[in-house]
Order: sequence, then structure tokens, then C-alpha cells
Amino acid sequence: MNRILLMILQRFGLGLLTLFVVSIIIFVGVEFLPGDIAEALLGQGASPENVAALRHELGLDRPAHIRYIDWWAGVLQGDLGTSLANRRDIAELITFRLSNTLFLALTAAAISVPLAILFGILAALYRNSAYDRSVNVITLGAVSAPEFLTAYVLILYFSVKLGWFPSLSNIDQDTSFIDKLHQVALPAITLMGVILAYMMRMVRASIINLLASAYIEMAHLKGMPKFRVIVKHALPNAWAPIANIIAISLAYLVVGVVVVEVVFIYPGLGQLMVDSVSNRDIPVVQACSMIFAGTYILLNLTADIVSICTNPRLLHPK
Amino acid sequence: MKKSKIEQIIHQDIILKQALSDPRVTRRDFLAFTGAMGMTATMGGALWSNRALAATPKRGGHMVSGLNDANTGDSLDCGLFNATYMICISRAFRDSLVNVGQDNSMEPALAESWEASPDAKVWRFNIRQGVEFHNGKSLTTDDVVASINKHRGEDSTSYAKGVFSGISDVRVDGNTVVVELADGNADAPALFTDYHFNIMPSKDGVAESLSSAGTGPYLLKEYNPGVKTVLERNPNTWHPDGGALADSHEVLAILDDTARQSALISGSVDVINRPALKGIARLKNVKGVNIVDVASNLAFTHPMRMDVTPFDNMDFRTALKLSTPRQEFIDKVLFGYGAIGNDQPLGPGFGSYDADLNVEYDLDKAKHHLKKSGHEGVTIDLSASNTSYGGAMDAAQLFQQHWAKIGVNTNIIQEPQDGYWNNVWNVKPFCTCYWGARPVEDMILSIAYLSSSPWNDTVIKNDRVDELVVAARGELDAAKRKAMYQEVQHIISKEGGTIIPAFGTDVAATRDTVGVGDQIGGGWEMDGGHYLKRWWKA
Repeated sequence: MNRILLMILQRFGLGLLTLFVVSIIIFVGVEFLPGDIAEALLGQGASPENVAALRHELGLDRPAHIRYIDWWAGVLQGDLGTSLANRRDIAELITFRLSNTLFLALTAAAISVPLAILFGILAALYRNSAYDRSVNVITLGAVSAPEFLTAYVLILYFSVKLGWFPSLSNIDQDTSFIDKLHQVALPAITLMGVILAYMMRMVRASIINLLASAYIEMAHLKGMPKFRVIVKHALPNAWAPIANIIAISLAYLVVGVVVVEVVFIYPGLGQLMVDSVSNRDIPVVQACSMIFAGTYILLNLTADIVSICTNPRLLHPK
Repeated sequence: MKKSKIEQIIHQDIILKQALSDPRVTRRDFLAFTGAMGMTATMGGALWSNRALAATPKRGGHMVSGLNDANTGDSLDCGLFNATYMICISRAFRDSLVNVGQDNSMEPALAESWEASPDAKVWRFNIRQGVEFHNGKSLTTDDVVASINKHRGEDSTSYAKGVFSGISDVRVDGNTVVVELADGNADAPALFTDYHFNIMPSKDGVAESLSSAGTGPYLLKEYNPGVKTVLERNPNTWHPDGGALADSHEVLAILDDTARQSALISGSVDVINRPALKGIARLKNVKGVNIVDVASNLAFTHPMRMDVTPFDNMDFRTALKLSTPRQEFIDKVLFGYGAIGNDQPLGPGFGSYDADLNVEYDLDKAKHHLKKSGHEGVTIDLSASNTSYGGAMDAAQLFQQHWAKIGVNTNIIQEPQDGYWNNVWNVKPFCTCYWGARPVEDMILSIAYLSSSPWNDTVIKNDRVDELVVAARGELDAAKRKAMYQEVQHIISKEGGTIIPAFGTDVAATRDTVGVGDQIGGGWEMDGGHYLKRWWKA
């Protein structure tokens, strides 16, 4: 058990180091983009004096490394700073959007993950049957259609024609849980279309892979029912790849859903990040990318821990 | 639907609209007219009665709008406004000194009245008394002075710095704010209708730009940039009639065209701005949806830098102008929503607009000028992006085909959206661009067409234009000013470096649940940015 704890600590330390490197890459990257926030905000109307005045007001006339160090000094004290674009507190800007992003991601995951595992097991069980083929075709079809197409088709039928769900996710702090679920139904279904196929096929493939093993054959010979063989014997050994694909899908749900946010007007982090990059609003970009990078690191760590716990051999690398 | 059918519908629609907006048309004329067009009497009658029904303003109700042109980086700082969303919000919870009315006249707002010195250099604005900001602070002349000074001086970060640069001094005299101008300007009150100029509370002579306290008819209840804004009626307003019709508003930022449109069709919102013109013929046929459009002075410009070869040659510029397909631009790029332009920036909404000034489409003449310029067979680069205006890429291809007919090869460069206004516009020799409507002629001319203009994107240096613009500014005789502005129009159209194939139309779409007055103000889309106060929930 101690080995696991040690490994978690080690990974955590590496994660922090990764975050640090990401922060440098993002900062330098945004610095390299042509123009800065003063020019971006003033747009067509930017005259040299305006730009200079705004730069001075925002402290952008200081050298880049000083601004970077200042930013870290703030972060270490728990202060993410204020948005350069609208002078609002970044923590406040992000909390609302992060909670929305997580809510949507968790809702989509709560529907997709059990479905994917169930469909995957059934597909492995009835391999090459009509069921297997059709579930593959349908989920692969869904993942091949661009998200915005799926989203528009859902909107067309379920909100414009039938009126069951709203086409806009008009969410604020006071929206009740049930109401929220109703509002995120269409975006969550759209996202389900994107991630279901990956997870389902990974479950199917890993189980089928195992079904060729000797111990599975043994279980069959014992006369165990097929479904039991899969759930009791095959699945526990398949958790490692499944946990990995779930982690990657979850990370995608948090980080990569800006298109869905735009189509459903869902106030999540994605739109904030996109707008901030085009505005060159460095502190907001930094804060968002730290959250995104952190999400990836944490989820990967979790997937690794799950893999190790379900396969103790991994604790003793040669 | 076949293309010709769509074009026919658009055409029919434009004729109908002209008939409806012509005050001389009576109901009987109208029915006879629609009959002649092959429409049944009931169809025509329905069109008419909808219009009449909608024209009875009603108080109360909750209106939900979906506007694009918003950003999560939006701020309450009115000096940084450049987009419709914030302009409309600010006009609802703050006031200006002067408003542009729905008939485009100057209406008093926080300035009860004003008078000018005979040379139009000194203007005295009498400030309304007994007005309170939403935070309970009383409006003082100091607040007004601070709100003006926000846009002046070296440290100003305001986008409107150029607009206010003609002000040499601002001072208080009792309940009056005295504004002194360096040169006379008969249109000075119009400066104070600018959307950047809202009256804010001040502290120690500095305007509190980020304060949510205004004097407007609505209170800013919730403000989440790039997401949504909630406005509620201000019970303590100075407006004698409340200043607004709906009791409350929810304004959502919906950037995606399809999302905005489906929100309107499904009834999630009552009104949207800028429905995608590509699908408007179909949107119009949706039950319960109305299209609201108003001619605008927005100009689709294509500036050529007149200090770069071959654009430095007037014959070459003339050749391009004569071979630019204007009607086709309106039909294919603007889907009928525009008015023919004549290569000068003053649109049909201005009193001085010279409707007789036309730039014809004449390939023979164009070839003649091209030959004279000595640039036959030349290849030019046109930097284009749909950031400059929707459809700019299509327009570039349309121009390419027509200019090829006279022997000018056009190389279209699709420029990235990101940084377009910094790296392309005013930098590249020839690009696509637009200029938003301004309330008075002087604003657009001084900002882009004087040799000293900060954003002279065509590098025009014409002594006569410089002289006329300054003279017209101080000219109080309306007829003389009109003549001056018309001369400017002729010079720029003939000699200038921009191709303006059309002026735009501001388009919005509403559900039947929304009433819109007979007249819609110009100056900016959405009733000059005042729609939250002026439109009502039927």
C-alpha cells in the first residue's frame, strides 16, 4: 500500500512540474501572438496614443518576465488576478463557468460511461451478431458527425419541432438542479454521441482480447454462463484500458467542448478561453489553461491508480 | 427552392416594404397594389393589419433578446465599447446628454436644453435637475464634466478620443455645462449622442466607468459579460413616462447565427439582431416571425492605399470603380438588404446625401481608363476576411470576376480573423473593410477622409476636401452646409481611394410578441441601440 502512496505523491509532484511548464509555454505562446490586449480591445479604432495609454493603465509596458513573476506571486497567494479585458476578478469569472463546465461534463459522463460499458460488454458477448454490428455502426456514425451537426439536428427536432427541450442553456446561479438537467439535456446528448463510440469499442476490444486467454476458457469449461464469465472474470482484468479511455473522454468533456458551448450558448470555460486568447487577456488564458492542464493531469493520475489497483503487477516494474 | 424563386421573393418583399414605408400609400392603394402583384386581398390585408396592430405601444411584460456582437471580455467601460451588445445595455441603464430620436432628430436627455454661440464655438448644455443615479447619488454637473473628460486628454483610453478631440475646454456654470470647441461645429450636440458617451457618477473629478449605477430607466440587476444581462425597471426614473415600455429584460449573448435563429423560432427569445441573411427568405416564412429592417449609413468599404502603386493612379482607381458590379453585390452578398453606394462614405440616411451621384457600371469606359493608367494586365492583391463584414470573401470573388473582364487580375488573400484590424486593415494596400454609421457627416469625414485623420485608410490628401470639411463644420446655414457636403461627396467618389458598392441595412428579427414603432431610429442597429427602451412586449 505504501508503494501506491509513494507513487501517487511522485506523480503529483510531476504533475505540479508539468503545470509549471505549461504556464511558461502558454505565457510565451500568448506573448508571441501578434498584437496585445490593448490593440485587440481597441480593434479598428486603435490609435497609437490610445494603445499606449491603455497599455500603461494595464501595466503591459513592463517587461514580460516581470509580469510572469508577478502572476506567479499572485497565484501562490491564491490570487488569480483580474481580467485585463473587463477588470473583473478572475476567480469570480471562472467559478461560475467552471461549475457549469463540470456539471455538463458530469451529466454527459453519467449517461455515457454506464451505457458504454453495458453496450461494450453486450457487443463482446454477442460478437459479430446483428446487435454488435448495428451498435457499432450507430455509435461510429454519431462520432463521425461533427458535433455542431448533431447539435443542430437535435435542436431542430427536440426544441424547434417538438419543443421538449430548450435550444438555449440559460443557466445562472439560481437555476435549480432539475431545471439544470432539463437545460443541459441536448448538449449532454450531443457530447454522448462524441464519446460513446470510443469507450464502447475500447470495452469491447479489451474484453474480446481477454476472451482468448486460458483462464477464460477454463471458466467456460467449468460451465459458467457467458455473461458471468465476462463480468466476473474478463472485466476485472480489462479495467486498465477502460479507465484510461474514460479518463481521456472525461478530460475531453471538460476541455474540448467549445463547439457545443457555442451552439447551445452554454456558459462554460471553453468560450471564455477562446475569447481570452483572441483578446490576448493573458491572466484569464493562464487561469483557464492551468485548470485544463490540471484536469488532464488529475484524470490521468486517477486512471493510472485504477490500473495499478486492478493489476498489482504494475506496482513492480522490472 | 430554386435560386430564381428566392430572388423573386426577395424582390417582391422589397417592393412591398417600400410600399408599406411610403407614407403616401393608403390602405386602399396598398390593397390594389398587392392585388396587382398577384397576392390575394387577404394576404395583403394581413400584412397591413399586422403592421397597424403592432403600432400600439404597451407597457409591461418581460422581454428576452438574443444579441450577437458580444464577448466574454466585455466591460462596462463605455470608452471601450465597439459592439452592439454593450451599446444596447448601456443605453438602457445609463443616459446620454442628447439622444438621437426615432426620427433621427436630436432629443434632449440629461441635457434639458442647449444653446450655441453665433459662431457655434461655445455650447451651453442645461443639465436636468433632481436626477438620481441608481445608487442614490444625485446627478451633478461635475459628473457630466467628468464623463466628458473621460474621452479627452493624453491619458484617455477611450475609443472616442478622436470624436471629442475638437473640445478645447469644459467648465461648469451653475446648472450649465459649457463646452468650448476649437473650431465652430454646428453639429456639436450630435457628439454627445455618441454611444461611448454615457453619463456616469464621478468621484474627485474622475468618472466611475465600471460602476453599474446609471440614471437610465432600467436597473442593471445582473451582468455576466458574454453570457447574459438582466434589467429591471427603475422605479425612481426621471423620465416622465418611465422612459421604457417592457418591465424587465433578459439579454442573452448568442454569437452563433443558427443558435440565434433557432432560439427565435422555438420562442426561447422574442427578438434577435442580425439574422443570417443567407437564410432570411426562409426565416421570413416562419409563422410568428417578423423581419425588422432599416436603411443604415453603414458602408461596405474597400480602401486602396493611394500611396501604393497601382492605386496611386486615379485612372486605375476609376477603372476598378467602373467595373465593380454594385447591384450584383447587393443581390448576391447582401441578399437584397442594401442600397447602392457611390464610392463615398455618406449614406442615404444623411440629409446631404446626393442621390443623383451614381457610379455607373461601364466596362468600355473602365477599359479606357485602365489603358490610360498604363496598368493593363496588372495583378493586384486584395486582402479579404469575413471579419470585415459578413460575405466579404464572396464579394472579393465577385469583384475578381468582373475586374478580370477589363484585364485586371485579382489575387485574393484570405486573411485571418485574429488581428485583422491591426495587421491587415490600414496596413495592406487593398482590403475589405466596413465603417459603422455615424450620426453626422462630420464624424465620418474627420475620422477617415482628412489628410490629418487618424484612420485615413485610403491615405487621401485632398486640400479641397480638408477645406470643405472644416468649413462645413462651422457653417450654421443648412443649405450652404448641404452644398459643401455634396461637393465633398463628388470629390471623394471621383478621386478617392475607396470602393463602396453599397450601404447596409440593419436587420433584426422579432416574434409576434414584440411591438416595434412605425419608425426605427438609425445611427446604429437595434433602433440606434435604444430598442430595449423603445420596443414593447405585445
